[in-house]
Amino acid sequence: MRTGWPAASMVAVSLLQVVGVLVGGPLLVGLMRTVRCRLEGRAGPPVRQPLLDLRKLARRERTTSDETSWIFPLAPLVLVGSTVVVAAIAPLLATDPAYGWSADLFAVVFLLLLGSVALALGALDSGTAFGGMGASRAMTIGALSEPALLVVILALSVPAHSSNLPAIVTRSLAHPLWLATPERLLALVAFVIVIVAESGRLPVDNPSTHLELTMIHEAMVLEYSGTDLALIKLGESMRLAVLMALFADLFVPWGVASAPGPIHLVVGLATTVAKVAALGVGLAIFEVTVAKLRLFRVPELLAGAFALSVLAVLSALVVA
Amino acid sequence: MAKRNRGSLQLRHVDAGSCNGCELEIASIFSPVYDAERFGMRLEASPRHADGLLVTGPVTRNMADPLRKTFEAVPNPRVVVAVGDCARNCGVFSGAYGVEGAVADVVPVDLEIPGCPPDPQTIITALRGLSGT
Repeated sequence: MRTGWPAASMVAVSLLQVVGVLVGGPLLVGLMRTVRCRLEGRAGPPVRQPLLDLRKLARRERTTSDETSWIFPLAPLVLVGSTVVVAAIAPLLATDPAYGWSADLFAVVFLLLLGSVALALGALDSGTAFGGMGASRAMTIGALSEPALLVVILALSVPAHSSNLPAIVTRSLAHPLWLATPERLLALVAFVIVIVAESGRLPVDNPSTHLELTMIHEAMVLEYSGTDLALIKLGESMRLAVLMALFADLFVPWGVASAPGPIHLVVGLATTVAKVAALGVGLAIFEVTVAKLRLFRVPELLAGAFALSVLAVLSALVVA
Repeated sequence: MAKRNRGSLQLRHVDAGSCNGCELEIASIFSPVYDAERFGMRLEASPRHADGLLVTGPVTRNMADPLRKTFEAVPNPRVVVAVGDCARNCGVFSGAYGVEGAVADVVPVDLEIPGCPPDPQTIITALRGLSGT
């Protein structure tokens, strides 16, 4: 416990963040899809399409193959649960959510990793060829992108002398000039590559592909249906929203509420939504302009991200 | 059906022995000209993700069993849409040695879209009845 925020407003921040990510995640995916469609010369589905899909899927029967065990239905719950925990403790709208002291950068990164591992185990559990293939590919990419994410946040934690996310955000709010340092810029590029890889977007993975052999994430969820599939789609969109909100927090923290009170919270919510929406539109435009990388080229991209993040740490240590 | 799927319809396409004329028309309903995605329609890569099947062509002997298995993999409540004259009554392939029968002889059909091939507008209009958009 660092600051003297009233417990009620800390709980309010966490609740607002969880609800915001639950509803905002699918809307973010819908917004990115609409932007893509417009740039392809199509009208595209409404922005709320992912919510309509979720509502329909939630009412459908679950079919599972005879080969599955208890791991298969558990994986979507772990994915959504771990993402909800991150959404509750990370400083997305305000610098002091409930249990903000536990939002250590390592804890947050490994909570996000927990969802991917659960999904890979669920895919292996289904016993299909594509499930195993998707799981091995996703773990290959995860094993390369997670260290880069850790080192990026480590670079940001050096000047703040703390690996606690609220402390890092508080520090960057207090020292705006610090945001233009070389380690920030290096870390920013690395973080963008990690977001793209972690959320399975182009050029690493194509979320709308129908070709099983090119699939990474989609191949893992081929066997899921009904409510399980709804949970996975919800969890994936929440992860994207959380990663983008974390990015906005760490690199453009202005607007994040640093004092308790409803007005600060509303400003924090509005700026975070605007920042995440802008990032989503930017990522969608980027996605239309690039082609998918060959699978064997993806490690090169992620190695690049890792190299940039190591340079960011070195730069941070030299400056400090 | 329209009420259950309001605004969201995902289908798995099964080619049971088609000449690919219907496939061209199905591909074009997702083109910028017709853009079926604006009505919440998508083709899925897995029958488990789908609300139903989009079956084209007469059912050939080799495809009868795969079609049955794909149908069973779709979660309830499911629909089967027979696209094109061949799927409805085998069309010009009626009585051919490799043909098992029409789609309705293998799996229960809920909606038939006539035409050889049906034009994209007809397909979209029929599918909009299912998605209620």
